Amino acid sequence: MKAAATMSPAGKLARESRFADPDAAFRLLAQAHRDLGERESAAFNARLVLILANHIGDEEVLREAVALAREAS
Amino acid sequence: MQPFRQFAYRRSPDQDAATPVRHPVVIVGAGPVGLTLALDLARRQVPVVLIDDADRIGEGSRAICFAKRTLEIFDRLGLAQAMVEKGVTWQKGRVFRGETELYAFDLLPEGGHKQPAFINLQQFYVEAALVEAVLAEPLVDLRWSNRLAGLDNREDGATLTIATPDGDYSLEADWLIACDGARSPTRGLLGLDFRGEAFEDRFLIADVKMTAPFPTERWFWFDPPFHSGQSALLHKQPDDIWRIDLQLGPDADPDHEKQPEIVRPRIERMLGHADFALEWVSVYRFQCRRLDQFLHGRVVFAGDAAHQVSPFGARGANSGIQDADNLGWKLALIVQGRSPATLLASYDSERVAAADENILNSTRATDFIAPRSPGERLLREAALSLAPLTGFAKRFVNSGRLSLPSAYAGSTLSSDDESWDGGLQPGTPFLDAPLAAAAHAWLSEAFSMGQAILLGDGAAEIAPAGVLAIEPAAGDETLRQRYALEGGTAVLLRPDGHVAARFREPKRAVIEAAIERMEGRG
Repeated sequence: MKAAATMSPAGKLARESRFADPDAAFRLLAQAHRDLGERESAAFNARLVLILANHIGDEEVLREAVALAREAS
Repeated sequence: MQPFRQFAYRRSPDQDAATPVRHPVVIVGAGPVGLTLALDLARRQVPVVLIDDADRIGEGSRAICFAKRTLEIFDRLGLAQAMVEKGVTWQKGRVFRGETELYAFDLLPEGGHKQPAFINLQQFYVEAALVEAVLAEPLVDLRWSNRLAGLDNREDGATLTIATPDGDYSLEADWLIACDGARSPTRGLLGLDFRGEAFEDRFLIADVKMTAPFPTERWFWFDPPFHSGQSALLHKQPDDIWRIDLQLGPDADPDHEKQPEIVRPRIERMLGHADFALEWVSVYRFQCRRLDQFLHGRVVFAGDAAHQVSPFGARGANSGIQDADNLGWKLALIVQGRSPATLLASYDSERVAAADENILNSTRATDFIAPRSPGERLLREAALSLAPLTGFAKRFVNSGRLSLPSAYAGSTLSSDDESWDGGLQPGTPFLDAPLAAAAHAWLSEAFSMGQAILLGDGAAEIAPAGVLAIEPAAGDETLRQRYALEGGTAVLLRPDGHVAARFREPKRAVIEAAIERMEGRG
């Protein structure tokens, strides 16, 4: 299962960068946390996940994303 | 600190003049930026007085990474070859998390450039080479142990009070260029704000001497096994010296951390042995800040005096030398009465934008290396954990984005552009290319003539006086491709190498109009 997720990007989930300026995208996310404590950041992340999951609106992509996030350590 | 080169104060005839002597350009600060600018102006036949409050080049290693663009500027001044021979050439880097390599990068994967992506060379070697060239240059009057103590900045010039071992004297300057570093006394004399962000984390910067088989690559670790929870950097310099940066966190006591009995065990853990000598140790906190404007009447700021960045990305000395490169040809045109003083407004707007780009990149890297809140740390760890699995997360990992020249988008000196397929837009820094049959073997070498350059088939026929024409010869495919030279197109490059204009149908009249604009008369 681990090998499959790593080796086969045959699914629908994008694994290469899609941002023209990845540093700018990362900074946007990072700065949203700047004035938050640990619990507030966790709650913020959860809200953001739901917002983005709904925007994707594709259960298969979501399933692959969940698997990838579980796989990373 | 032992001096690397010791010079002597000498009394100037100006100190015995009945009334203050007037000079077109006085530069304050004989560091890399002031020396480069002095040399550049002298090559353009502008006499310069260069003052420095010290009488020596210090031994301490400060900047070490000199970028391709900087080397092209030094090459134009005749200095790069010796620096490249002495320096450690590199273009590859590796980024680790713990013991795992996340990715490797190559900063110059393509050929057709005279200069390497980077060399590492101790700043004192660069300064020594510049001082030697300046001392051989009759148009530069370098005055050691001359400290700017007073400044009256007027519309038509500035009156300077200069303190020396023989007491004070006065000078008049049409233009005063402040290259006097991050703590700029000139900035203080004018009471100018220097605003920006300070970062909380402290970093240990050490230069150690050892013989080691590591490759000449930039190695960066997040959370390395030898320095848990922090970051580390290892980079080679000449003379078997290695630069080591170790993140210490926000609570570290700098005086304690600088002690050899504290530093040595840290570095032993990193290297796995004790067979090294400490050459230089400092503990820093970093700042990213700049002046609101670099141009204040007849006083112009350049280098660290104008802007300061954290070191991740080698954007300090490199951007300062590019300030000098931008300023030199413009100041020469003004001093020689060929352009109005308003040309310097373009120095301000172009280099302020470049400073903002450097500050942005350095801030992003510093925030990634030293996250400022629990949520940012969590996000950083998420990017690091996904990086071995996905391409997108590798792109988020930021151990420093290394210095590249800025494009002067929307520069007032650029001419309007038509729509082009490929090539370089106005404002973009030039790309080097080999020249098969021209008087110079590389395009970058042609800037040693100090002139603007017109590239294109038939350029010699249409280039106005004072503009160097370069026509592609058989085999100059790299040049043709990089500048989209085909079907009679031409490109006008400024003396600092940035694209001023490009022409589908280069006629003398449109070229002359572009030059008027480039030189601030249009």
